[in-house]
Amino acid sequence: MEYIIEMLGITKTFPGIIANDDITLQLRKGEIHALLGENGAGKSTLMSVLFGLYHPDKGTIRMNGQEVHIKDPNDANKLGIGMVHQHFKLVHNFTVIENIVLGVESTRHGFLSMENAKKKVMELSDRYNLKVDPDALISDITVGMQQRVEILKMLYRDNEVLIFDEPTAVLTPQEIEDLMQIMRGLTEEGKSILFITHKLKEIMAAADRCTVLRKGKYIGTVEVDAVTMEELSEMMVGRKVSFAVEKKALQPGQDIFEIRNLIVKSRHSQKNAVQNISFKLRRNEILCIAGIDGNGQSELVYALTGLQPVVSGQLILGGQDITHASIRQRNAGGIGHIPEDRHKHGLVLDFNLAENLVLKNYYLEDYQHQGFIKFDAVYQYADQLIQQFDIRSGQGAFTPARSMSGGNQQKAILAREIDGNPDVLIAVQPTRGLDVGAVEYIHGQLVDQRDAGKAVLLVSLELEEVMNLSDRILVIFEGELVAELDPKETTIQELGLYMAGSKRGKVQ
Amino acid sequence: MMPKWIGKSNLLSEKNIVSLTSSISAILVGLLFGLVILLISNPSQAFAGFKTILFGGFTGGFKGVGQVLYFATPIIMTGLSVGFAFKTGLFNIGASGQFIVGAYAAVLVGVRLTSLPPSIHWIVALLAAAAAGGLWALLPGILKAYANVNEVIATIMMNYIGMYSVNYLVTRTVYDQLRNQSISTVAVLPKWGLTTLFPRSSVNGGFFIAVFMVIVVHILINKTTFGYELKACGFNREASRYAGINAKRNIVLSMVIAGALAGIGAGLLFLAGSGKHIEVVDILAVEGFNGIPVALLGMSSPIGILFAGLFIAYVTQGGFYLQLSNFVPEVIDIIIAAIIYFSAFALIFKNIMSKLIKGRKEQKQ
Repeated sequence: MEYIIEMLGITKTFPGIIANDDITLQLRKGEIHALLGENGAGKSTLMSVLFGLYHPDKGTIRMNGQEVHIKDPNDANKLGIGMVHQHFKLVHNFTVIENIVLGVESTRHGFLSMENAKKKVMELSDRYNLKVDPDALISDITVGMQQRVEILKMLYRDNEVLIFDEPTAVLTPQEIEDLMQIMRGLTEEGKSILFITHKLKEIMAAADRCTVLRKGKYIGTVEVDAVTMEELSEMMVGRKVSFAVEKKALQPGQDIFEIRNLIVKSRHSQKNAVQNISFKLRRNEILCIAGIDGNGQSELVYALTGLQPVVSGQLILGGQDITHASIRQRNAGGIGHIPEDRHKHGLVLDFNLAENLVLKNYYLEDYQHQGFIKFDAVYQYADQLIQQFDIRSGQGAFTPARSMSGGNQQKAILAREIDGNPDVLIAVQPTRGLDVGAVEYIHGQLVDQRDAGKAVLLVSLELEEVMNLSDRILVIFEGELVAELDPKETTIQELGLYMAGSKRGKVQ
Repeated sequence: MMPKWIGKSNLLSEKNIVSLTSSISAILVGLLFGLVILLISNPSQAFAGFKTILFGGFTGGFKGVGQVLYFATPIIMTGLSVGFAFKTGLFNIGASGQFIVGAYAAVLVGVRLTSLPPSIHWIVALLAAAAAGGLWALLPGILKAYANVNEVIATIMMNYIGMYSVNYLVTRTVYDQLRNQSISTVAVLPKWGLTTLFPRSSVNGGFFIAVFMVIVVHILINKTTFGYELKACGFNREASRYAGINAKRNIVLSMVIAGALAGIGAGLLFLAGSGKHIEVVDILAVEGFNGIPVALLGMSSPIGILFAGLFIAYVTQGGFYLQLSNFVPEVIDIIIAAIIYFSAFALIFKNIMSKLIKGRKEQKQ
């Protein structure tokens, strides 16, 4: 079998850690090759080596059997290696075609000549069924379409090896389907694809072979047809992981938090992001707000937690009207909030772990006396939470929050919010960017809260999470609730249709 | 047994050592640069001149030391002002304006309110200076908190408004065509034995008050819930809002306290009884701006600011004696400015130092 790219014995160390330890990756011509690993397993480092961003300490890279030296991304481009980054590199006020030719513009007498470029782009678009409008502005097209522009950028540059870095993270289920089709179409035309992901389902669906990394080490390469999802996840994590969230059946309890006719302004425009939303949260229930990013979820949560004022409507928490209560009154009154952006809202990164753990209760009599902080009590409390929630860090309670891993930062927030013993726990994308082990832990904790009689409001973009975790689903689309679903009676596909706005249901 | 958090916050912790070494490296580079300027402007006298800068502070023995303490007092206070605001994420460029209105308030009380009981005259004058400085920072604080007006611009504007208002008010309320107006002798700060220790110098109890304020600010920032809130707002405004901290109120309070600190600095200088008086000139108070390098060199930590203020006063004092080695005053100003300027790069050195230490640790592993 002929290999188009071979990375042999790649070792890359950074001060203190071995990011890649003797890793071998062989990409066959015309295959979709998945690169699987948890966060920090070394996937990005390996791809950065291939793309010329890092230089390996040891090991060689071969292309079509010839050893090559890739010093920078320009070398990679010359060799026909292209990459779709997780965060697209597009100029938003340029058109599709302008973005595609950016950097390789053809000119005549010093003036841009776009005709040929346009012709080539249209040819490519037709051939791979990408359906892009070359004259549309990037800011006007969907995220899925933007991704196709990125793909076209690679094709326009005649790249043979295409790297996709976590391409599905931003897409709806339907868009993911389409992307898989496109990827298959590309390989049929002889392109070779490296597909970085930590989602097993997609590997099973799309990839031919899969290379697994764990903690910087090469674990193995397998034919996807020959393994099960469970085997793959065990290779990735190093132990058995349960995907199904263990959850006993529970009758929802009494209403605890009622939202009436809520209207909230958008943070970006003059429009209302939340348009007349009403629902009730009940004890012993995980209620999920499902929707594609940017449909008003953030504003809804900000209004509930007091970070943003409401335009109109009422919030009734346990019989009390908290519509205009301060953030502190809400925190103390029984609302816990695991925020969407843990660096922006959840943590003061320059504080240490203990200072972050008391962020919401430093002012209580337990931790201060006449304005002076009781450091003994604070650090004792921190140590207790660290143990209870298994928060791992270099220097315990004194670790600067900034230097902790994402999973442990999230555990710290979770510990603080759960220990505050709220009646209502609002968790916004609580597992974003976390690896399988941490996801499992956080899901378990949320279920425990539900079992303990709390109401959990989960806002998630991950459909798997929505289906596995929630007792009831409300779908939000353009600021309105468009469906109320029972996860046991619906499918991911159906949910996706509601989220994309192509179907509407009833909400009580 | 000592509680273990004390072990972490003691003066020899790694963080403090990094801060200290980086401040010292910054000073050394600054001095070296001063030497280069000396060599360019007057090669034959350069090394003698450099020696004067290094040891000039001791000229006249104890008298010199006393002068250094005297000059250090106001810039320690303005340094505290800038550093304190900085802890809350605010850049207080307005120490100059807060300083001059503080000076006016102190002088006004010192000259006019002679009916006050002698024992509290200087205290009232000092409090008036603090109040005036605080008031002068109140407006930029409110603008920043409630209208998100950049505090740098607002405080700069307040500097000029302060300077011209004081110029106007001094001529109207203090100035007397017939005789010199000086503050009443009972409004002068007590000496608290310092003149015995440093004879013939201008030093006075103001230095002790500055040291006392350093300790107060240190405790306020590091040991109280108020300081915790201020730091939280400074590091991450959004997160402190999320936690229910009233960020707006803290911004205003932080500015007011910063302004009051600058005002006290002015009070300590103008109530020193050293003949310092308000001049009606269109120049912003230099003590206010010197607070910025003092705060930077001291890494915004109150204890650091104390030493940074002493250092800059010492170098300035040494520069004063450079005239003996045939350097023109302008060159002296440039040299002193260069040293201070480089010293303010302490933050850059801090980053380099942290990286070096981190690298070495990792190599060891």
